[in-house]
Amino acid sequence: MPHVPLAGYLALASALFVIGAIGFLVRRNPLTMLMSIELMWNAGNLAFAAFARSFEDMSGQIFVFIVITVAAAEAAIALAIVVMVFRHRADVDVDEISIMRG
Amino acid sequence: MIVLFWICAFVLLITGLAVIASRQPVHSVVSLIVNFSALAVLFLTLSAEFLAMMQIIIYAGAILVLFLFVIALLTIGNQPVETGRGKLAFQAVPAVAAGAVALGTIWYGVRVAWSSGAQRISPDFGSVSLFGSALLTTHVFAFEVTAFVLLVAIVGVVLMAARKEVRF
Repeated sequence: MPHVPLAGYLALASALFVIGAIGFLVRRNPLTMLMSIELMWNAGNLAFAAFARSFEDMSGQIFVFIVITVAAAEAAIALAIVVMVFRHRADVDVDEISIMRG
Repeated sequence: MIVLFWICAFVLLITGLAVIASRQPVHSVVSLIVNFSALAVLFLTLSAEFLAMMQIIIYAGAILVLFLFVIALLTIGNQPVETGRGKLAFQAVPAVAAGAVALGTIWYGVRVAWSSGAQRISPDFGSVSLFGSALLTTHVFAFEVTAFVLLVAIVGVVLMAARKEVRF
């Protein structure tokens, strides 16, 4: 069974990462921005798993496991912040939330 | 294997674009579920069995349900977001241009540095038992630190969600 070379997985992961980055920069809905961040996490995970198979080293897969856990924690905290902000504001545009600007 | 890779790559890119392009956050979440499932299949082609299961259980099962709860909580009776022009509406064109440049650079680097063919790997690589022994012996410190990170996240979320009065 022929395998796909490492470069194929890396090209796919970079395309996925760039899609997530563009979505994060363009969209103004914080929920969609968070989903773009999840896309970027997943692109990194794919590259880690591809390198793990290429070097036959389980450390890459351990990294993916830890990244998934940290992504879960990040999603929980970010959604809590979003809910807390939205409780006091009617609009949900991140451009309008500028209270932290110095 | 190669056919499976191309099918999954196509699904990944299409659903990824759908996530960032759809107006309704619920549509984005549905696209993201398909995206994560395709990524789980790609993990299987990389002989990462445990990661494929974790991808389905944690990402598609837990994180996206969290997203759905927040969307259901926030979009009741609210106006749809991103109706007018934002303060930074001009950022779309530079963002897409910068993304295209970054993608071209990364692809060039990948082609130069990692264009060697796929080599044989041992058949039991990536099994759950190998994963478990690596996680609980070599990388046990990272495992424990991850548990602490989750504890801190829980405490922080409860602190933020339970507070009554917040000024903005």
